[in-house]
Amino acid sequence: MTFGPLRRIAVLAAAASLIALIADPALAQEAKPPAPTPNKGDTAWMMTATALVLLMTVPGLALFYGGLVRTKNMLSMLMQVFFAECIVVILWVLYGYSLAFSEGGSFNSFVGGFSKAFLAGITTDTNAETFSDGVVIPELVYVCFQMTFAAITCALVVGSMAERMKFSAIALFVPLWATFVYFPIAHMVWYWAGPAATVAASKALAAAAGDAKAAAQTALDAVTANAGLAYQWGALDFAGGTVVHINAGIAGLMGALIVGKRVGFGREAMAPHSLTMTMIGAALLWVGWFGFNAGSALEANGTAALAMINTFVATAAAALAWMLGERMTKGKPSLLGGASGAVAGLVAITPASGYSGPMGAIVLGIVAGFVCMFFCSTIKNKMGYDDALDVFGVHCIGGILGAIGTGILAAPWLGGTGAFDYTAGKIGDYDMMAQLITQAKTVALTLVWSGVGSAVIFAIVKALVGLRPGTDQEREGLDLVDHGERAYNY
Amino acid sequence: MKLVTAIIKPFKLEEVRSALTDLGLQGMTVTEVKGYGRQKGHTEIYRGAEYAVSFLPKIKIEVVVPSGTVDKAVEAIVRTARTGQIGDGKIFVSPIDHAVRVRTGETDDSAI
Repeated sequence: MTFGPLRRIAVLAAAASLIALIADPALAQEAKPPAPTPNKGDTAWMMTATALVLLMTVPGLALFYGGLVRTKNMLSMLMQVFFAECIVVILWVLYGYSLAFSEGGSFNSFVGGFSKAFLAGITTDTNAETFSDGVVIPELVYVCFQMTFAAITCALVVGSMAERMKFSAIALFVPLWATFVYFPIAHMVWYWAGPAATVAASKALAAAAGDAKAAAQTALDAVTANAGLAYQWGALDFAGGTVVHINAGIAGLMGALIVGKRVGFGREAMAPHSLTMTMIGAALLWVGWFGFNAGSALEANGTAALAMINTFVATAAAALAWMLGERMTKGKPSLLGGASGAVAGLVAITPASGYSGPMGAIVLGIVAGFVCMFFCSTIKNKMGYDDALDVFGVHCIGGILGAIGTGILAAPWLGGTGAFDYTAGKIGDYDMMAQLITQAKTVALTLVWSGVGSAVIFAIVKALVGLRPGTDQEREGLDLVDHGERAYNY
Repeated sequence: MKLVTAIIKPFKLEEVRSALTDLGLQGMTVTEVKGYGRQKGHTEIYRGAEYAVSFLPKIKIEVVVPSGTVDKAVEAIVRTARTGQIGDGKIFVSPIDHAVRVRTGETDDSAI
């Protein structure tokens, strides 16, 4: 998702074909390629992948989080995740898709426009480009696929404020955060003009001679410039390490800091009420993540297969690393450690899943397992904030490891794929140092945008409805206080 | 009549019940309880959070026996509930003044 010149190429191609048309109508007609039609295999796979990403959120993430809270807050956790999914689905088709994946005029580097608001112009006959020139999927499928990403990212955030944030505050925070943080960041990292325009403009440039050369170059530049900021930088984020995980992780940290610690934190036992549920949730996350990562290829092809195997091995390696780390430091490997390690591995491999080789993915998984374990069990305790379900420690730290790791592991000499250069029509020369700098810049951009944006939104929500229930209500549990029901009636 | 109250490890319940039944005792009341003695509790670790769990799950058996059977009943419980590990539990014996069977109105030894 790193190439921006597509739109400019389209303009150039149009100009070039116009010239050709004037010169020789017959030739122009012959040169015009037929409009691509979706491949049924690609379409079927992307619909399946979309449903798999929904599976990650409800029930996967809901159960993973729900098992980790106390009995009295189980329903509030399920409800917050469920609510985030539902509200973001609606926002997405109203204006979210348009803000993330349409051309944004003078703000195009940061956010899209409203040209596709209410899904304007999107029909069963419109298509979205994949990463191959001439390959498309129905745009409605693409809308749905990206919708599930927006929803799970918003749902991830709520885990850090678990057990102490009012539902009314969540209900206000999620739509604001999706609008001002998620949609712009998705646009910055993932929006580009697409392969067809890029390739066409590049070919036009190659074919141009003399005075036409400058015009063709200008047209190509216009296509490459029609992309989000991080995309123009050349950031590699295959399935959402920055957009989803760093983004949600830093927002979660801000939330945990602003809402404050749970009543009794550090003095009372807050043991998970059902690690069985947590294991079910973690397992569903792993299964669903094949849709998330392999689906991000947007086609049923070799890249999707690469993402699939990486999603297997990195996850397994990270789970084993976390278990081993616990065995070495605490004496016993725990199931929760294994499940947490699996999620950390999934997070870390997300941006690298279509770029790293499988052996690189194993290394990345091992590093993520150890580092996230150390962060959640040692550094977090030293710092003393109450990130209840370790959204920052797993998703932000794991996401940063993955984003930086992608810059290393994409290198062809380390078994990676390199990055495809659409203007050259081949895998580009890989400059690891330059790529690492680009990756670091993108991480910093996400941390700052999401960190500052989240803090401001939490402040607004606090001023409008308040963030916390009363101390007595918090002790009684959010299930009864917010929802008037309890999870278990024995 | 005596009330024998035994606190035992949960997984020993079936052996104890079987031994008491073999003595001809016809009923008992069992409660799931929590508590600690010399065994103290244990530590649980969830990611980085460590919790000391003071109260461990135990089973409390209450059985009322004729005075002449008390020693045999206590001996049977000790024999079957013992693992030799710390935390095997305790037995308390106390007098019972009076007993009535609700259905028939029988009293004392014939009621138990």
